[in-house]
Amino acid sequence: MARAVTLNRRLFNTGLAWTLGLLIFFPILWTILTSFKTEAEAIALQPALFDFEWTLANYQEVNSRSNYPRFFMNSVIIALGSTLLGLLIAVPAAWAMAFVPSKRTRGILMWMLSTKMLPPVGVLVPIYLLFRDSGLLDSRIGLVFVLMMVNLPIIVWMLFTYFREIPGEILEAARMDGASMKSEILYVLTPMALPGIASTMLLNVILAWNEAFWTLVLTTTKAAPLTQFIASYSSPEGLFYAKLSAASTMAIAPVLILGWFSQKQLVRGLTFGAVK
Amino acid sequence: MTYFKKAALAVATGAVLAAGTAQAETVTIATVNNGDMVRMQGLTDDFTSQNPDIELEWVTLEENALRQKVTTDIATKGGQFDVMTIGTYEVPIWASQGWLVALDDLGDDYDVDDLLPAIRGGLSVDGSLYAAPFYGESSMVMYRTDLMEAAGMEMPDAPTWEFIGEAARAMTDRDNEIYGVCLRGKAGWGENMAFLTAMSNSFGARWFDEDWNAQFDSPEWAETLNFYVDLMNDAGPPGASSNGFNENLTLFQNGQCGMWIDATVAASFVTNPNDSKVADSVGFALAPDNGLGKRSNWLWAWSLAVPAGTQQEEAAKKFVAWATSKAYLELVAENEGWANVPPGTRTSLYENPEYQKVPFAAMTLDSINEADPTNPTVQPVPYVGVQFVAIPEFQGIATATGQQFSAALAGQTSVEDALANAQALTVREMDKAGYPK
Repeated sequence: MARAVTLNRRLFNTGLAWTLGLLIFFPILWTILTSFKTEAEAIALQPALFDFEWTLANYQEVNSRSNYPRFFMNSVIIALGSTLLGLLIAVPAAWAMAFVPSKRTRGILMWMLSTKMLPPVGVLVPIYLLFRDSGLLDSRIGLVFVLMMVNLPIIVWMLFTYFREIPGEILEAARMDGASMKSEILYVLTPMALPGIASTMLLNVILAWNEAFWTLVLTTTKAAPLTQFIASYSSPEGLFYAKLSAASTMAIAPVLILGWFSQKQLVRGLTFGAVK
Repeated sequence: MTYFKKAALAVATGAVLAAGTAQAETVTIATVNNGDMVRMQGLTDDFTSQNPDIELEWVTLEENALRQKVTTDIATKGGQFDVMTIGTYEVPIWASQGWLVALDDLGDDYDVDDLLPAIRGGLSVDGSLYAAPFYGESSMVMYRTDLMEAAGMEMPDAPTWEFIGEAARAMTDRDNEIYGVCLRGKAGWGENMAFLTAMSNSFGARWFDEDWNAQFDSPEWAETLNFYVDLMNDAGPPGASSNGFNENLTLFQNGQCGMWIDATVAASFVTNPNDSKVADSVGFALAPDNGLGKRSNWLWAWSLAVPAGTQQEEAAKKFVAWATSKAYLELVAENEGWANVPPGTRTSLYENPEYQKVPFAAMTLDSINEADPTNPTVQPVPYVGVQFVAIPEFQGIATATGQQFSAALAGQTSVEDALANAQALTVREMDKAGYPK
């Protein structure tokens, strides 16, 4: 009897999870399907789910109008660059906060998190002026820097949560064996926290890939990533949904694939503290 | 001696090459993703073949993203763009701030006097042109000739609001999902407020009196909004408070609107048989009035401007002159046909016998000529603009006001409350901004 209840509960949970998953995925599926429709079918009042004339015309037009590889490469460089630079700063910071906490550690962590509560537009003009005066407008290095700053609080918090789960005694033992601080972080802490660092990295690559405020405002042509590629297909006067969907599908495909293959690490990373 | 001659020649050649390289200029153009703009990008070989020393870089963005980006850039003198696509709202404000280069010297063959007077007036400050119009538009009535006939009515060339109301109610057939009239309801300064501001002009309303006092508590605004909400409740489509240009375009093309009052640029979409189910039965009329001397049509021109402080001023002006010239209109006609020529900028286009064959050409011109941005209302006003007030505060105030009016259309608030809220928020924001100045 107990077994039957467990099975029922399991079926219910599985059903609920699938329903929720499909609901969340539906807008993405709809975008992908719309990208294969004509503009007229894309806005039909009774839209077809699968029963329509499939066409690649939108992809052909998007490819002929935009230089997709350039936008894609900029996205890759900006997302990876900002994440790696962020890790370089966040690993020592999180180590210090997790293993050598001071009275102010908690306050600093909360302050770092509070910077995420400021609407980005509030600092648009000062940052724009700084970029203008430093010659960083429309440069990949400028965007790498600004996205690293934007995501740094999340990286530090995630790594801090991971590092706290690692017993301090192991690091102490390494120290007693004569390991320097650098060796301790590089050869003892990092290998143990690698799953956590990997999931932090993945999440931040996704966040940087999708960032659509600074990447739109601070770039024009040379450093413009895929967010600008998508934004160029919306129109106030004229039908654009099918072409916009094609552009969106091309922009999200790499990150969807990355997310699919790394979902285990991502889930583990996001729930690490809770299940430990 | 020969050696020296050779050396001198080599140096001179190097200098010329270096100078040539230095002169190769890149002009960065910010633009919106509208059909006419996209078409221009495809035809720029014509410009670069005439100007091999100028390279063009395009930044195409959604309208609001573009507006935010170019505003930030020009206000901070960021210098990211050499040519900007802006509208009639920005031009007077930015020109007064000294942010734009005057375009009074676009070349001998530019023929600035050929620009339509209404459009030229909207893009000029103190007699100087600050942006060259790429395409212009007004608004007009697009209607189904078959439904109008079935309702036993005949659309005059210049209808009144009373006629539009009667016709809309007569054409409505809710059982068959046919609605007499489709109008903008989605909140936004460029969405429902563009329409309602233009409509209010014909009812004798105005945003501000001569001392910049908000006028939403006037009987004229109450009449405007009551008429609009009643008409849409009786003869509009369900969910109209979410409908903007594209949503109404879809409804009209699917044969579900008896009438649609919106941008003249829509005429080419609704008469295109590839997209529109009703392409063969569309008629056009001027935007309605109330017999007070002002119609409810607006005036807008997407225009090319050169920001002050650009390093490529001459090259940018060359491009602007090319893209807004008579020769460009002929180039488009040659490649894409006369129906696809950017409308609403030049008198000579409307005198061209080939263009006169385009079914909506005459009504577009008449609609543009009916709008007067410097004298938009029945009573005097201190501002410029037909469907907007050309002050920097307008975008924010009109978007908030648009939310109130959209809520009234959706039935979430009464017309009286919406107007009272609009009045209160406009007074508050104008006080904060320091008006009257």
